[in-house]
Amino acid sequence: MIREIREPLLFEISAEGKGCSYLAPLDVPESAETLSGVALRETIEGFPEVSETEVTRHFTRLSQKNYCVDMGIYPLGSCTMKYNPKINEKLSSLPAFTESHPQAPEEDIQGNLEVLKLTEKLLSEITGMDAFSLQPAAGAHGELAGMMLIRALLEDRGDPRKFVLIPDSAHGTNPSSAHICGYTVKEIKSNAAGMIDLGNLAEAMSDEVAALMVTNPNTLGVFESEILEATRIVHDKGGLVYMDGANMNALTGIVRPGDMGVDVLHLNLHKTFSTPHGGGGPGSGPVGVKKILEPYLPVPVVVEKEGRFAIDTDRPKSIGRMRSFFANYLVVVRALCYILSLGPRGMREIAETAVLNANYIRKSLEGLYHLKYDAPTLHECVFSDKRQKEHGVSNLDIAKRLIDTGVHPPTMSFPLIVHGALMIEPTETESRRDLDLFIEAMVKIAGEAEKDPEVLRSAPHITYVRRLDETGAARNPVLRWEKNP
Amino acid sequence: MSYLSLSERDRKEMLERIGVSSVDDLFCCIPEAIHLKKDLDLPGPLSEMELAAEIQAIAGRNAPAGILSFMGGGAYPHFIPSVVDYLSSRGEFVSPYTPYQPEVSQGTLQVIFEFQTLICQLTGLDIANASLYEGATAAAEAVLMAQRVTGKAKVLVAASLHPQYREVIRTYVRNLDLTVEEVPFTERGTVDAAALDKALDDGTAAVLFQSPNYFGVCEDVRSISTAAKTKGALSVAMVAEALSLALLEAPGKLGADIVAGEAQSFGIPLGFGGPYLGFMAARKEYLRQLPGRICGQTTDVEGQRGYVLTLSTREQHIRREKATSNICTNQALCALRATIYLAAMGREGLRRAARHNVAKTAYALEKLLAVRGVERRFSGPVFNEFVIQLPKPWLDVDKALRKKGIRGGIGLDKSGPGFERCVLVCITELHAGEDIDRLAAGLEEVLR
Repeated sequence: MIREIREPLLFEISAEGKGCSYLAPLDVPESAETLSGVALRETIEGFPEVSETEVTRHFTRLSQKNYCVDMGIYPLGSCTMKYNPKINEKLSSLPAFTESHPQAPEEDIQGNLEVLKLTEKLLSEITGMDAFSLQPAAGAHGELAGMMLIRALLEDRGDPRKFVLIPDSAHGTNPSSAHICGYTVKEIKSNAAGMIDLGNLAEAMSDEVAALMVTNPNTLGVFESEILEATRIVHDKGGLVYMDGANMNALTGIVRPGDMGVDVLHLNLHKTFSTPHGGGGPGSGPVGVKKILEPYLPVPVVVEKEGRFAIDTDRPKSIGRMRSFFANYLVVVRALCYILSLGPRGMREIAETAVLNANYIRKSLEGLYHLKYDAPTLHECVFSDKRQKEHGVSNLDIAKRLIDTGVHPPTMSFPLIVHGALMIEPTETESRRDLDLFIEAMVKIAGEAEKDPEVLRSAPHITYVRRLDETGAARNPVLRWEKNP
Repeated sequence: MSYLSLSERDRKEMLERIGVSSVDDLFCCIPEAIHLKKDLDLPGPLSEMELAAEIQAIAGRNAPAGILSFMGGGAYPHFIPSVVDYLSSRGEFVSPYTPYQPEVSQGTLQVIFEFQTLICQLTGLDIANASLYEGATAAAEAVLMAQRVTGKAKVLVAASLHPQYREVIRTYVRNLDLTVEEVPFTERGTVDAAALDKALDDGTAAVLFQSPNYFGVCEDVRSISTAAKTKGALSVAMVAEALSLALLEAPGKLGADIVAGEAQSFGIPLGFGGPYLGFMAARKEYLRQLPGRICGQTTDVEGQRGYVLTLSTREQHIRREKATSNICTNQALCALRATIYLAAMGREGLRRAARHNVAKTAYALEKLLAVRGVERRFSGPVFNEFVIQLPKPWLDVDKALRKKGIRGGIGLDKSGPGFERCVLVCITELHAGEDIDRLAAGLEEVLR
């Protein structure tokens, strides 16, 4: 496509009287009697009227303005943008799944319930937990569920407690999830290696602390190698350990959170178990728990009795329902497909390859970009723009210039403890060729930052739109199209 | 495994460059004591052929699709034009992440901007977000938002709100300083105005109700909103059947301050309950309290129009424990499906579909009420769902109907005493007149 072609908004290509016809003719008498007395509208003001040809071209053109993982490397740290197998799309679209009503009688949905039960079982094995709930609709939703489970257990013991400890390298949603559970957050400072400082942890831990929320490997890609000591410190004072499992693709088949003293964790099915991110969702964020927390899991719970599956909602200690129906079910189908296609060896190989790829990039860029923490990293590595700053070039400029080279930039806003971060996660599905393309681009940009910084500051140069005014967007919000603004 | 792309030679050369002798060395930072000493106990690996056979076998243990079903209750079967599946499965839409780099995400961003506009047009409100998980969590988020806006800690929730939405609200508030009271419904099946007046006080943050409600009955949005306002509470209208917005007056025009709900009806398959599409719209003065992502229009350095995610200070990036919500992801792909669906149906197509629902519902009511012993449970006006009361317990009737290949609706036996004989019946444009005749004839036989 040519850069100069602008795609108007749907509303701007609309013209009265156009439209498509999809429905069979009405085969019963026209009547609105049953609506009598209700306020009706005469029209939907501003609503589009376009032909199917126009719809198709509009969305096809828009699609071409997206970069996507099917096109190339997408090394967004902590987001785990791996390739998503196409067979999973096909199998999750089977009519037996897509046309299935969530309130259908149990005997008609045995297949659906089997998918849920089997996935729970396999996730428990992979993580070393005792039980899973697939209810949460996304990672942050899983965090919320996990923290609610902890609170429910502690309340049951008559000791709900006040504080939650969160390392300064944690994911952004962790503190707000704890907050919605009525907890006050205390931050734990990392040590020079980017890990939880055990001294700080021991000092902060008291019988008023409900839980430690830990991400392992953390957002620096560093494995919390003192995790056993950390969980012991928390358990000794009667607290529980929550793990954010967003980075689980670094560990599958290598080590299990359940063996590290973790009491509850959430997984991101869309990351570790490959569901396409769809431009920002849907995802799925199941929570896994140790036996002590099982009675509190959200309803409904699928139970198996003599090869038949049933739905159990009668669970007096349950925190309740997190979402309507049965979660983001079609995402669960994809995750199951992924696990079955990989098998035990494959689960280990994804961790091995994710870590190999990340370390290959790290080694190739060391010396060109600043590495604030030099601890060994697993599936992602975090550089900063410190060296390029000397030439007046920021991580944002580096990111925008990368776009010109045809690859997606890494994560920049994270982790908060690295200023000017470039957080790179290649994932396990990248080929050597794509890794090298990324490395070459980063090498070239490091050179440009010294010799021609302006080309970075004015990047990107070849995209449909150039650098966008994000400050202006927030200062003067235009959040919808209007006919006469 | 074809998803991993390194050859043996690649691995060897990469390890050499890193300076280690084996991949195991890369895991030396993990304490030996917790290394998994055996293979995981998992089935597989399965080839694509084996996987397809395995999953199809599991899917085959569901009752075959194609049974004549009249189930709605927050998950509605509607016609989905082919163009929706076709366009929404393009890899360029399916496989990107959240549009953090707007210059290479204009496709997704423009779609979100269009989605926000469509939701504003349908709800009659000023602003909308980029979507929420689904209807029930949207209801819970609306409750939290009303508390942030008003600073008050009591929320009145209509007992005619979807039962699962009410359950999710209860889960969300269980650890917060927020009380939820339920307002009963009348014999019309609508919010009891006298009870509402009595429950409303100066400490009320919001009145949250659904229209059409769980019993399919349309609420009087204007009078509930007026009542809420007299005490300084927000009027929050929930919509579970989004197609109704094509025909019913926009709740925002009738005084609702927040309109939220479920837009599964717009091109998203039943999918055993998800993924679905939550939405939320509000008056513009509440912009800073609206949860979730928002896309805004801006310009680039050349003055060209473009789109970005904006107002993220409301999100988790800053003042993290004070964020408006903990929502991170949204349902962008479902919002895309809805946007394509609404574009393809267009203004008149959407209204025609809604009119089909209404006409067929009127026809069904007439046919079913002609069956001896069948009565309407509520007298209020309905869009495409209604409750009938049978002369026998629903559980028995249901069993007999299913033997005839008919799923007659959702039994309301869990809605409390007096509902054992009640069933919620949903009729959409997918039901032909003769399908409705079959249901009526089936009931006739079963009840004889």
